[in-house]
Amino acid sequence: MEIIKRAIAGTLESSDAYVEIEPGDSGIRCELESVVEQQFGDSIRRLAEEVLADCGVKNANIRITDRGALECVIRARIEAAVMRGKGE
Amino acid sequence: MRRSMLFIPGNTPNLLINGGFLGADALIFDLEDAVSPDEKDAARILVRNIMKYMDLRGCETIVRINSIDTDYWKADLEQIMPRKPGWIMLPKTGCAADVLTADAEISRWEERLGMEPNTVRLMPLIETALGVENAFAIASASKRVGAIFLGAEDLTADLRCKRTKGGAEIDYARSRMVMAARAAEVDVYDTPFTDVNDDEGIRTDAEYAKSLGFTGKASISPRHVGVINEVFSPSMKDIKYAYEVMDAIRLAHEQGRGAIALHGKMIDAPIVARAQQTIAMAEEMGVGKAVQHEE
Repeated sequence: MEIIKRAIAGTLESSDAYVEIEPGDSGIRCELESVVEQQFGDSIRRLAEEVLADCGVKNANIRITDRGALECVIRARIEAAVMRGKGE
Repeated sequence: MRRSMLFIPGNTPNLLINGGFLGADALIFDLEDAVSPDEKDAARILVRNIMKYMDLRGCETIVRINSIDTDYWKADLEQIMPRKPGWIMLPKTGCAADVLTADAEISRWEERLGMEPNTVRLMPLIETALGVENAFAIASASKRVGAIFLGAEDLTADLRCKRTKGGAEIDYARSRMVMAARAAEVDVYDTPFTDVNDDEGIRTDAEYAKSLGFTGKASISPRHVGVINEVFSPSMKDIKYAYEVMDAIRLAHEQGRGAIALHGKMIDAPIVARAQQTIAMAEEMGVGKAVQHEE
């Protein structure tokens, strides 16, 4: 699956994550801003890669601004961004 | 036991993740009015993930999908049905045909997912004058319907009258809904009390709904949940009396007596039925036996 346009999902409210995704051409590039970056940064990045792989996305630039979201919320916001970015 | 049902907006993570801690017997994940049209897609995905990964601490899950006159409801079901929700709430149900339309789509999903037919129950939300007039037809339209629910905000808009705290404008609808539900042998839920800061008002409103025969009541605020649970629970006195009734019945059977009296009053079938309901609820609340042996 290809990301064909820039898309966003989520909010900057507490317990949520704001996810921006755009077309890319050199694999998955993930940028993360999180209050828990030191402790959970690596696992959030791994989660992003896993969700994108599940969605069949091989190339994309993704930026996650995390406001203390649980894993299932980040997962949902990435899925929603992908859904919107592929034009659905 | 479903005394309280708490609405949780479907696109609000901090409420969704804490839903299981708010004391309600059931959570209504709302994909309809609480979600703006351009966020419907994200809300469905979020609710699906919450249902998959969060421990809701035994709360029943009800998902309020969008009404069947919108373009959203089938997409709602597509995301939600694989999570096998306990209930689907169908807003703006106006007639039996609306129930059958939703029922058919849910049945298709159940078959596709290898689920037993009618595993997912349907709770029509009745919030129009037409719906109130058709309440019995709605409640008895399908085996899948397990409860009906009165929505007074939209109803009063449809009736072109003002919603008041006293609720005289919805008296007819409340009575009619209870009558229809009981005739169809399904549960019936009262509309939320919308002033979240009026602690006395919610108690009065819940007590009135209980006195009419409602099974329980919905809430839009976690603040109201405790009062609703309390009002719709049997009192300790009720529980004690229920055990006395059952003891009297047992004793009469042992002694081969047909007519049974307790405290000078005849015990007939409706009293026994009510006692059985009270004991079942008390046991679910974990207070049954303790009350029975209290002095």
